[in-house]
Amino acid sequence: MSKPAPARLRCCDASACRNAGGLALRQALLAARAAAGLQPTSLAIGAVGCLRLCGRGPLVAADGPGGSRLWGGLSPEQAALLVAAAWVDADPPLALASPQASPPASPPTPVPPASAPLASSSDPLASYRLDLSHPFFSLQQPVVLEHCGLIDPDCLDQALAHGAYSQLRRCVRQLTPEAVRQEVRRSGLRGRGGAGYPTGLKWDTVALQPPGPRLVVANGDEGDPGAFMDRTVLESDPHRLLEGLAIAAWAVGAERGYVYVRAEYPLAIARLRRALDQISQRGGFGVAFTGTPWPLRLELRVGAGAYVCGEETALLQSIEGGRGTPRPRPPYPAQRGLGGAPTLINNVETLAAIPPILRQGGDWYAAIGAGNQASADKPASGATTATLGSRGTKVFSLSGAVVHTGVVEVPLGMPLRTVVETMGGGVVGGAPVKAVQTGGPSGGCIPAALLDTALDYEAMASLGSMLGSGGMVVLGPHTAMPELARYFMGFCVEESCGKCLPCRAGTVQLAALLDRFVAGQAEAADLDRLEALCAMVKATSLCGLGQSAPNPVLATLRHFRPEYLAACREEPRWA
Amino acid sequence: MASIGTPTQRGCSGAVAGDREAITRLIQLQGDDPAALIEVLHQLQQIEGYLAARSLHQVARQLRLPLSRVYGVASFYHLFRRTPPPVHCCAVCLGTACFVNGALELLAVLELRLAQQARAGGWVLERMGCLGACGSGPVLRLDQGLAIRVRLAPAPKLDAQLEAIGLPPLGRATAR
Repeated sequence: MSKPAPARLRCCDASACRNAGGLALRQALLAARAAAGLQPTSLAIGAVGCLRLCGRGPLVAADGPGGSRLWGGLSPEQAALLVAAAWVDADPPLALASPQASPPASPPTPVPPASAPLASSSDPLASYRLDLSHPFFSLQQPVVLEHCGLIDPDCLDQALAHGAYSQLRRCVRQLTPEAVRQEVRRSGLRGRGGAGYPTGLKWDTVALQPPGPRLVVANGDEGDPGAFMDRTVLESDPHRLLEGLAIAAWAVGAERGYVYVRAEYPLAIARLRRALDQISQRGGFGVAFTGTPWPLRLELRVGAGAYVCGEETALLQSIEGGRGTPRPRPPYPAQRGLGGAPTLINNVETLAAIPPILRQGGDWYAAIGAGNQASADKPASGATTATLGSRGTKVFSLSGAVVHTGVVEVPLGMPLRTVVETMGGGVVGGAPVKAVQTGGPSGGCIPAALLDTALDYEAMASLGSMLGSGGMVVLGPHTAMPELARYFMGFCVEESCGKCLPCRAGTVQLAALLDRFVAGQAEAADLDRLEALCAMVKATSLCGLGQSAPNPVLATLRHFRPEYLAACREEPRWA
Repeated sequence: MASIGTPTQRGCSGAVAGDREAITRLIQLQGDDPAALIEVLHQLQQIEGYLAARSLHQVARQLRLPLSRVYGVASFYHLFRRTPPPVHCCAVCLGTACFVNGALELLAVLELRLAQQARAGGWVLERMGCLGACGSGPVLRLDQGLAIRVRLAPAPKLDAQLEAIGLPPLGRATAR
């Protein structure tokens, strides 16, 4: 299993491709291999994590001497053809259509991956081939997702063969917690869940609390609609998260921790469970990976459908088995968290970035995207956070009205346009992009005119949106902005925990006001009411959910005000 | 109020509600730990299909928690159901990507369609939060299965697609 075979078919087994029939296709491929009389040693067929272009699933990649190829949307009936194609490539003398195996260099014109005429017309699978030299793939820089799509997420040995837990071993055996934290500080890594708090600083805060027990928590309550980065990590490379969390535990002096995952991700939960079982079967993290009696214990906690649990104080309540309601901060969880002990809470993607940072060094990570920073840092030079910059890579989930939907990992500072138009292929049907929604119900939207904005924390915030957790929903010309704002407000009404009044009642009133705009029945004064209420809810809500609930309204008002004005009736209501 | 469902939680299991010994065992497996309340409720719902009142009483007694605390948690989270699940459930994902791709319009079509058939097949229409299947929207959950790329189309084409993914055929209801 761990030895590379001459040829290999990697079948995406993340949930998007599963839903598209990936499991049946893999079974059919195994049957076709047997029917062709091939041995697993000459053609390996295995499940792997996400192959990125989720919208074209089920995806299958073939590796052979001629390089890698990718197909999308195949049905089980085509399994024999695919086995033949993979086998042909594996054996050059037999290769009938292999001159095209190395992708042609035609990046300047954006070619839709599917229709790229790569293989000769006699290739029956030609229309299913996806062009791996397309910017969607070629502009990606996988760091967090480096093993995603290469290894079987259920197989610990494959993860180990790709270096999993080697950094944990190095930390525990050779590095002091302080040295680990220093490397994380140098990397400039910031929280990838949306807030962008410097990770090294958070680790220091927890580590430097008075002596006593500490805890670590991985926040996998990825609730933003349109976001599926954490799910990709959890489904594709669960050991990567566990290694990051274990390193965090070492760096802050914790011996217990939790992984909290939303219940809407059953496959991610199953894979994490299996990964944790594999570790305990080998005697736990200490015995299995560090050769020391380090007694780290990690547990899985599953949510039950509450967006607010992504907020860290609510998350802690939920881990303790209660209603997921937030509490005022300070004290921050880093000071007083689970059971009153200092608790480090990091997002899944943040923790998954830790092993490569330690392997390659913090400076290496900080240099990623640094070339983009020179211009990007300027506008925000006055802000205190400007010195933090936006370094490293970020995973984005690209969806909505875009041609190529899926998961991309790119250096921060890349222009939004590059992701949406060059990689994503713009709007389906060639229509112009109207706007890009980022940051989910807490974020805003960037209008087409500002697509050249760099993807970094400060530049996005200065436009009234946010980099957010990484969900990126492309909007075409047909989406009406007041309707979009109403949609998000409906979400916040549904998800408000009800603890504080501004959020519980304010979101309901905001939704009612927005209803008038959607129906074209608003008065001019409703616009003032809307803005005043937004300001009030933003300023007075207890937690991030309420404080950011007005953001989609404010952002659409800022960039698409004429749509709101057009929804106002001409004459006063009672005239 | 909208509810959210996952395949594991939407019970179509044959177990009879109120199997007290099964509940006792599953709580013991969690070490009688009050912090495991959410996990206990998940498992309970998986066995019984929903959280029945008498089962919640038993959970409270066995975990030594006030009944108000157990009800508080059971009613707080969207995935917990305190009434028996419908025979058949069609849930529309209302995540942003599905929304942009016409989920609301699809919901309206399904509302009409299933309203005609509520008595015929026991189908219930629900709304559900983002499943993270944003690459393949709009997405429907039909009982245990997921239907992807259910794009709005002219009536005959959409009807055929809906039938193909398992919704009861339209003819029967309209003929009534």
